[in-house]
Amino acid sequence: MACFLVPMAEAIVITVVKKAIEKKESKVEVEKTSEVGLLKPLKTGLTWSRKLSWLNNLLWGGVLLLAIEHVWHGEVVPWPPFLTAMYNPADVAPMLHEIATIGTAMAVFVTIVWGFMVVIADRKAKFFTNKAKNEN
Amino acid sequence: MFLIITALAAVVATILWYFNAPEDKYRLNILCFIFWGATLMWLVDHVMAYLIEGGEFFELTLDATMLGITVVLCGLVVWTGVLLVKDPKGVFNKLLQSRK
Repeated sequence: MACFLVPMAEAIVITVVKKAIEKKESKVEVEKTSEVGLLKPLKTGLTWSRKLSWLNNLLWGGVLLLAIEHVWHGEVVPWPPFLTAMYNPADVAPMLHEIATIGTAMAVFVTIVWGFMVVIADRKAKFFTNKAKNEN
Repeated sequence: MFLIITALAAVVATILWYFNAPEDKYRLNILCFIFWGATLMWLVDHVMAYLIEGGEFFELTLDATMLGITVVLCGLVVWTGVLLVKDPKGVFNKLLQSRK
């Protein structure tokens, strides 16, 4: 009925967190070299802002297509109160139940998959960094 | 059916991204994330509905097929929008300069 609202809320939070981390990283990672005044990154590899952008894109992408599905099924309308379940008081409780169960499960599952992605990407990045060091 | 169509779109987008990686000039990663995000969410929706309500796991109807095609089309529209705004080939810049 409106299960995509939970991943949407998570996506909004992640967007804000990502922006804050991006600002922090740009302050920390950039160093002015004394001679030429070039900007040089201190760290290489996967930054947290990049990792969070994966989660952000997964969540926003999913939310967008799910919202279209809900419009298709007539569960979401472009005028207030936006959710058709709100017109009938008997439908409100099942809607809230669906948001709490399926919506939360969706958000958790996408986050778990993203967690696996991050772990695998970090391990691969470390492996290739070590390999490059050993070759040099 | 829309789960199958979106999952298929996600796999195709991922294969295309891999062939173009690591450059990813055309931002195919965005297309991959859009389709994978929706696929994961619908997978949860289908599994939970199957466990709670029972019935058929896949909805093989014309309506579900049309919905699948529509959502894939919408994903492609969003990606095209991102591509035109970011303009990785600098097409608009070249077009505007050539008209001067």
